[in-house]
Amino acid sequence: MAETAGTALFEAIARSTATAIKRAEIEMPPDVLACLRCAVASERNEIARQELHNICANIEEAKRRQIPICQDTGVMVVYLTLPPEIPFSAQLSDAIAEGVARATVDVPLRPNVVDPIARHNTGTNTGQGMPAIHVQPGDRMTVTIIPKGAGSENVSRIAMLLPSQQNEIIRFVAETMLLAGGKPCPPVVLGVGIGSTFDGVAALAKEALLQPIDEMDPFEQAICDAVNRLEIGPMGLGGTTTALAVKVKKADCHTASLPVAVNVQCWACRRATETIEVP
Amino acid sequence: MDLVTPLGNEVLELRAGERVHLSGIVYTARDEAHLRMKEEGIPFDPKGAAIYHCGPVIQNQTIIAAGPTTSARMNACSKFLIDRGVKALIGKGGMGREVAEQLFGRGVYLAFTGGCAALAASRMQLKGVYFEDLGMAEAVWAIELDQLPLVVGIDSHGGDLFDRVMRRASMRFRKMRQPKAGL
Repeated sequence: MAETAGTALFEAIARSTATAIKRAEIEMPPDVLACLRCAVASERNEIARQELHNICANIEEAKRRQIPICQDTGVMVVYLTLPPEIPFSAQLSDAIAEGVARATVDVPLRPNVVDPIARHNTGTNTGQGMPAIHVQPGDRMTVTIIPKGAGSENVSRIAMLLPSQQNEIIRFVAETMLLAGGKPCPPVVLGVGIGSTFDGVAALAKEALLQPIDEMDPFEQAICDAVNRLEIGPMGLGGTTTALAVKVKKADCHTASLPVAVNVQCWACRRATETIEVP
Repeated sequence: MDLVTPLGNEVLELRAGERVHLSGIVYTARDEAHLRMKEEGIPFDPKGAAIYHCGPVIQNQTIIAAGPTTSARMNACSKFLIDRGVKALIGKGGMGREVAEQLFGRGVYLAFTGGCAALAASRMQLKGVYFEDLGMAEAVWAIELDQLPLVVGIDSHGGDLFDRVMRRASMRFRKMRQPKAGL
């Protein structure tokens, strides 16, 4: 495989990446829309109802005018699945980066990627180590995009709990929202990683955000209920809708560890997947 | 309540948590615009004016997206505007104690829904621009609003809805019994 710019596979990946980004930025996934509509129906606080109503009206307006849902178009987190016959290579990364740069011009996206110290903006939403690309094995080649805004990413947290602190998990997640308040633009979706290692648990928390949010298991529901009892509400203005959903992803871990990570996602729980037709 | 700029003493009657619709001209300003106005003066009549914490996306003299930015970044640089007669600050997330004190008896902070850039743009018309050299996001844009739905976050009597909500949330968190993990 020597995919250089211009070859058929490079083009297919770049094109599908740009298409997935455009769709993620403009159209809300149906499960997220369903959860927001449920929240409008169940919320009793009048201010909260107006905020939720504004959010739903904004989503419709963005779709109608084909413009991004939020002006923070985020940084791109990319999940690539590869069938056995296509090995991962630097050229595949380059093709994804090309798709991101094209979408930056076409959608258009706000250029958000900068050098972490010099703060120089690359202008293309690509750069050293960006976009973040996660590769998984699959039977087809697909690209999934999560555009991640800074307001919610900045209040995400990680804890290396002790194995005896299982009961602290729900408290840690609730405390994360207490510290965050209205900053991450609630109602949020919380991706919770449990297990793995220090680095792995953060990846699990983000992967949890790939799952549809209109279904929760009893543990996820218990965490969600605990967070909603804080009554921070939409935008921190009060109300019972602080979290739309909590999604948990687990992995095994060291017998002496209990890593927990919370990746906070604003109400604009954007994601989209495109299948890449291998030429 | 329906409010129209330039604002007068009617804003002093508002209470935190009240919902309003705002029409008329507002001026966008983020960090850089505040610094420039402090140095070179305010380029519009500040008496009764409303400042919108926003970095809009403008294309061909049309507002594409104009959601609110985090107001707390302007905590340390809003006093001179209120001193000069600005009656409303608009943004998301609320502002610090010092701003609530500066607004006492003089003006209000109005909250708009974070991320709702497309909805905001649909209620806006571009009227002019100052300090365009600061770039699209940081320039001061004069924008005419048509009934933008807002919530009074901080009133002129010291009432602060954000502060009230977070105090209650802290209390509820402290009372939270340790639930079983149930893994």
